[in-house]
Amino acid sequence: MKVTLRVWRQKDGNSQGKFEEYAAEGLNPNMSFLEMLDVVNEDLIEKGEEPIAFAYDCREGICGTCSCMINGKPHGPENGATTCQTYMRSFKDGDVIVVEPFRAKAFPVQKDLVTDRAAFDSIMQAGGYITSRAGSCQDANAIPISKEIADLAMDAAACIGCGACVAACKNSSAMLFVSAKAGQLNLLPQGQPEKDSRVVNMVSAMDEAGFGNCTNQYECSAACPKLISEEFISKMNRDYLSASVKGLFSAKAL
Amino acid sequence: MNILHVLFKSSIGKKITMAVTGFILFGFVIGHLSGNLQIFAHPDKINAYAHFLEALGPGLWLIRLFLLAILIIHVWLAAQLTLENKAARPQGYQNQITLRATLASRYMRVTGVIVLVFIVYHLLHFTVRVTHGPEAYPNTVLIDGTPVRDVHSMIILGFQNPLISIFYILAVGLLSWHLRHGLVSMFQSIGWQTRTWSKALNKIVLAVCVLYFLGNALIVGAAMSGQVRIQNPQVAGYVCRTDCEICGLRNAATIAESDEAASDNQS
Repeated sequence: MKVTLRVWRQKDGNSQGKFEEYAAEGLNPNMSFLEMLDVVNEDLIEKGEEPIAFAYDCREGICGTCSCMINGKPHGPENGATTCQTYMRSFKDGDVIVVEPFRAKAFPVQKDLVTDRAAFDSIMQAGGYITSRAGSCQDANAIPISKEIADLAMDAAACIGCGACVAACKNSSAMLFVSAKAGQLNLLPQGQPEKDSRVVNMVSAMDEAGFGNCTNQYECSAACPKLISEEFISKMNRDYLSASVKGLFSAKAL
Repeated sequence: MNILHVLFKSSIGKKITMAVTGFILFGFVIGHLSGNLQIFAHPDKINAYAHFLEALGPGLWLIRLFLLAILIIHVWLAAQLTLENKAARPQGYQNQITLRATLASRYMRVTGVIVLVFIVYHLLHFTVRVTHGPEAYPNTVLIDGTPVRDVHSMIILGFQNPLISIFYILAVGLLSWHLRHGLVSMFQSIGWQTRTWSKALNKIVLAVCVLYFLGNALIVGAAMSGQVRIQNPQVAGYVCRTDCEICGLRNAATIAESDEAASDNQS
């Protein structure tokens, strides 16, 4: 099959970018979207042109490195799939496919389709951890956790931090990412000691990074390759409110 | 942690403030509609109610200033959030598609601004009473002889102009649509929405919005179609029978007398 790509080309973070068209020919419908880009890039290299820069790592949908806004939806047309899990069979022969980087003030474009998503790292550093003893694991069932809570925490833990939520949100809000990361730990007993400070610190790191505000439209959840529910945003709002109210009255050590 | 910082500076805090102010304003419009529905009872009912509110004096002003402050906070934060959201994506996409955002949620700013314009007109129309001539704001007396504003006739007179009536129906329609997203959204913003009951919440909100719209449209419709008629003989231009039990003393002559007495007092 063959398709026409309209790809965003940008030399580096300081340059102006623009769309360029490329014909991708001789494709197998069972190629992944990234493999299709590999084919186009080999062509470009043979012609002596600059290949299209795109981010990837595992190519099996678990690392969260691949990104790309494909035809107006993060990670392409399929539901619950990353760009590397999107196959050319999802497109029709002869389609024009528009490929853009994720766009947000907090995710500056580095080159072509590659964005700098380090803002997520600063949010994680603000509270996406637990304090626990180093050393060997404790007994598997030493801390009882109900099946419901374990399942819910697992739903949140499915977040791969790809940034599709930010890319899909018209406000470039990172609420789904932060709520999944904070929610996962806040649900579990291991996360209780830092529960309040975690949500307060992660939210303020999120605000400082320049992400937008949530308008409760849940485009994030619809675009999420792991289909994380907006329920976690509600939970984060609840945790944030309760942490703030508790913070007003809590006793403080000297 | 400073509470003002939380409520007016943090992203989640601003949304919580939007939710709380929105809920107070929602409470007001429901109370306002309940008051207005008294138009379907005897004119004394709504006239006495309006007189009671006006007689609160400083209390009424406290309530008005409180509501105004809440409205200003709601609009101010909405503007601030909008600007922040625009700034969070300096460069847009070429062809972003909408995945599941509802129309109501996407037009919150449009419906909000039109409703704000309507509120200004509505206050000038019925509270400041300057959009129409003095003949649109008649007086009457209650059954006990208290001279009061004839709110009953004023409302019906107000909806004699079809353009104004259409604007009112349109505005409450847009407000209902604004509430369609706003009411669900406020539960999310304060963290009371879960998948367990979000479908039920959605249906309840839809029902509330439809009922709110119908309640308002019913008043305008009844006034326009003549289902609710002006019963003030001075305004309606007919003279009551003197032995009528319903109106008692309130024939055109008595109202005219009390009007004169009122203007004598003022001069």
